[in-house]
Amino acid sequence: MSLLDLLFGQKQKTASVAKERLQLIIARERSGEQSSPDFLPQLQQELIAVISKYVKVNQDDIKVSLEKKNNFEVLEVNIVLPEVGQAR
Amino acid sequence: MRIIVVTSGKGGVGKTTTSAAFASGLALRGFKTAVIDFDVGLRNLDLIMGCERRVVYDLVNVINGEANLTQALIKDKHAENLFVLPASQTRDKDALTEEGVEKVLKELEHMGFDYVVCDSPAGIERGAVMALTFADEAIVVSNPEVSSVRDSDRILGIVQSKSRRAKEGNEAVKEHLLVTRYSPKRVEDGEMLSYKDVHELLRIPLLGVIPESEVVLQASNQGTPAIHMNGSDVADAYQDMVARFLGEEVPLRFVDYEKPGILKRLFGGK
Repeated sequence: MSLLDLLFGQKQKTASVAKERLQLIIARERSGEQSSPDFLPQLQQELIAVISKYVKVNQDDIKVSLEKKNNFEVLEVNIVLPEVGQAR
Repeated sequence: MRIIVVTSGKGGVGKTTTSAAFASGLALRGFKTAVIDFDVGLRNLDLIMGCERRVVYDLVNVINGEANLTQALIKDKHAENLFVLPASQTRDKDALTEEGVEKVLKELEHMGFDYVVCDSPAGIERGAVMALTFADEAIVVSNPEVSSVRDSDRILGIVQSKSRRAKEGNEAVKEHLLVTRYSPKRVEDGEMLSYKDVHELLRIPLLGVIPESEVVLQASNQGTPAIHMNGSDVADAYQDMVARFLGEEVPLRFVDYEKPGILKRLFGGK
């Protein structure tokens, strides 16, 4: 904080910081309650089952995650295939 | 009979203080009122009401059929028409069953009670859910502080999903916001959320604002509900809140900071 800020009281008050933070977190938590992605573990299991038909993969080699970016959700599926030579 | 839960999610915001004051206020207006402590294992309402030495039976005893309700209800010494039902100090929270709580509430209705105030424990576990399950109205107690406001929003979600009214698709639980431990000076200085901010964030009707005050500690020290601390801001604010609850239009008090005059600054005093 500069001397001028100190003189003119330019620093943002903590109460308004609190309000902004609460607006964000409450909005996020409210929207989260409506569409909780509890299907992710099952999706992961089924993906493993399907992929295992063709390639040998471990449970840990498949990662499924859901992220929120602004107004849309991104479903990310990350599959690590075994090294060449080890495949069935 | 109307059932009102006093809840908050977060601990230490003033639920028990409010339950005691609010129930006393209703009783002072002539309504036959019971106040029930749902904090099984950590009871405190009895201390705040000043009846801790008269506790013989408790809520869990009544639920388990070890005592009847009239034996367990403690008549308040400050107000006519007011009865306290303490929580058990020794059992765990699983002792509270939905059927058991419902049975106790039905019996209170048969006994002619007008209001039952349910003092919820902190958290979102069994005791808290049991306290709000049968509520017709919910008073959400919130401090102007980030964690309390967030938890209030969370508990509102639980009221809207787990109450009997919500589950059966009846008219929603009527929600009220009570902002407690409010310091107008700190709000003026920009270091505390204003009651308007809290109201805007939680979006439920404002029932009242209770100022931060040393009187609350004095009241709990002696086991007198704060609404009886005549002449104090806190007692007046609780009286106002009870009046609003009963449908009266009462303007907010104790929310604006008045700069102390020159005399006050020179000579101190209140």
